[in-house]
Amino acid sequence: MSNVHPMIDMIEKEQLKQEELPSFRPGDSVRVHVRVKEGARERIQVFEGVVIRMRRGSSRTTFTVRKMSYGIGVERIFPIHAPVVSKVEVTSRGKVRRSRIYYLRERRGRAARIKERRDDRNRRKKG
Amino acid sequence: MQKLGILGRKLGMTQIFDEEGRRIPVTVIEAGPNVVLDIRTPDRHGYAALQLGFADQKEHRVNKPDMGRFKKAGVTPKRYVKEIRIDPEAIENFKVGQELKVDEIFSKGDPVDVTGTSKGKGFQGVMKRYGFAGFRATHGTHEYFRHGGSIGNRLTPGRVIKGKRMSGHMGSKRVTVQNLKVVDVRPEHNLLLVSGSVPGPKNGYVMIRFAVKKRFPEKF
Repeated sequence: MSNVHPMIDMIEKEQLKQEELPSFRPGDSVRVHVRVKEGARERIQVFEGVVIRMRRGSSRTTFTVRKMSYGIGVERIFPIHAPVVSKVEVTSRGKVRRSRIYYLRERRGRAARIKERRDDRNRRKKG
Repeated sequence: MQKLGILGRKLGMTQIFDEEGRRIPVTVIEAGPNVVLDIRTPDRHGYAALQLGFADQKEHRVNKPDMGRFKKAGVTPKRYVKEIRIDPEAIENFKVGQELKVDEIFSKGDPVDVTGTSKGKGFQGVMKRYGFAGFRATHGTHEYFRHGGSIGNRLTPGRVIKGKRMSGHMGSKRVTVQNLKVVDVRPEHNLLLVSGSVPGPKNGYVMIRFAVKKRFPEKF
């Protein structure tokens, strides 16, 4: 990556969300609360699934969530700092060996399960 | 607001979220401050324009005739000098040596054209330079994969017509992108945020003017 100009860095920092964001990584299951505008009304819609990738870069950070909806795989990419993403809840931590778990796309049902990650601290010590 | 422009330097691109939460790709430009080096008047030069200068140049890199011009305006030597046309009636609003800042010229929402020198691509073939289709990779094509095909006819006209698109130098030329929108103006850092991309590399010099295809804001 090339060096970011300090002014651009400053602009990106302004775009970051103020509140603390939950830390999650590919393999984790999340519930993303999305603000949906319907005319003048605004409501929250929840998109629940597995994070299959994260693309990092200051305010440009995005993550992709995959879920099965009536038997059809649906993926949605969220910019984590976008105002439409009102909240992200982590429902479970998954143990995966890849940072892009695209292989989930070829799997259905039981094969698409992800083992749960138990103890973060021990893992880090070993690695 | 003036029907004017400003000179600046492209710093790079990023994205910002607007009031409605949309993601807008923006180019960040360090715009100004510019100094007025000279004023072209209809009486003396036949047209009305401001000669603007941006970014300091080392003194030993400036030749004597140019140095004289900078001295006359009473400013330090500038690297990037361009003329920007203005309304003949607006000439009295400016004086030589005057400093211009972004917020004096542009405000949020203005339509602008951005002119710069595009990234140099070197000597390029016809496929990259003009988007020709080339030839297929199989079925007997022999040493003719990225060629442009025929370049002319036969005895009549017996020559290649002028302007035939062929391989050659690509890029490093003046390009203008029209009708970009000013997303934000930040006078405290002399920054101008423009929607979309802008010609040239990072640190390339650019000229930002009001969009010619849009109606200008009310006359000053």
